[in-house]
Amino acid sequence: MTGTALWAAVLAGGVGCYLLKLAGLSVPAAWVEQPWVARVVDFVPAALLAALVAVQAATSGNHLVLDGRLVGLAVAAVALALRAPFVVVLVLAGAAGALAHVLGG
Amino acid sequence: MPSAARSATLRDGIGLGVAVGLYGAAFGAAAVAAGLNIWQTSALSLLMFTGASQFALVGVLGAGGSALAAVGSALLLGTRNTVYGVRLVPLLRPRGVRRVAAAHWVIDETTAMSLAAPDRELGRLAFLATGATIYLGWNAMTVVGALGAAALGGTARAALDAVVPAAFLALLWPRLRRTFPEAAVQRRVALGGAVVALALTPFVPAGVQVIAAVVAVALAGRPRAGERPTAQEEMP
Repeated sequence: MTGTALWAAVLAGGVGCYLLKLAGLSVPAAWVEQPWVARVVDFVPAALLAALVAVQAATSGNHLVLDGRLVGLAVAAVALALRAPFVVVLVLAGAAGALAHVLGG
Repeated sequence: MPSAARSATLRDGIGLGVAVGLYGAAFGAAAVAAGLNIWQTSALSLLMFTGASQFALVGVLGAGGSALAAVGSALLLGTRNTVYGVRLVPLLRPRGVRRVAAAHWVIDETTAMSLAAPDRELGRLAFLATGATIYLGWNAMTVVGALGAAALGGTARAALDAVVPAAFLALLWPRLRRTFPEAAVQRRVALGGAVVALALTPFVPAGVQVIAAVVAVALAGRPRAGERPTAQEEMP
């Protein structure tokens, strides 16, 4: 992607997210407290974040790929289940990914 | 107001801000791994300033997605902050320039800290203390993470590739815990999102599968009776 397109995404996303925040402080509460808004806010993050986990861990372009990233993800899941702090989770995932890269190429 | 209560509010707000700053380093590294330069990475933290949306934007770009798909993902996650703003209006009662300024700091952490404060004045203090600390920490650590990632080679880059999905999983994890409202539905939605995204990967342009997964899960049906979300339930 060109630098210009990246800048367009950065600026459009930044301004858009700011306007969503400003809208909350500006519009009547009844406009926002609709069932469909509550539904989006409740459940879209889980679907979106899980989709990103899957795509970041197991795909490359249009291909499904199994590599060290999945090893790192599995280690991260175990660390999170054991309630490890955020930094520890990331360090362990990174170490596992690097180890898999060195061992498996 | 008792100064002990003020000190406790400031201490909590600043403590949370420092902890959240660490996520900033992870974001900076993820953004550079996705192909953004350090200026674009910093501009995101300065202008967008809402972590999950920032991770989503660089996540979609990193997967090879279009700018439109990336911005769409960021905006979908950004709708949370609109609802937070509505909750904060009675507390902040912002007018004019102050509303324009306060809006930028309406995020998960400032909302949680403000609404947890025992009274309105402490709530406003919590908003300002948490917002200022996180804004400074998040932006400073974004630069640290971006510079660190830019200096990496070979094996370290493989480590960073494994860190990015782990960071997304860490953002998702609290929603999957039993204590989260409607955790069972959250888990089904998360599983559905992941499965649909992987299933579509070979067939659609990169990045589009993320948006498509969200739309598919949203269309998959209303929550069952008794699981229907209400506007009052979803505070973090």
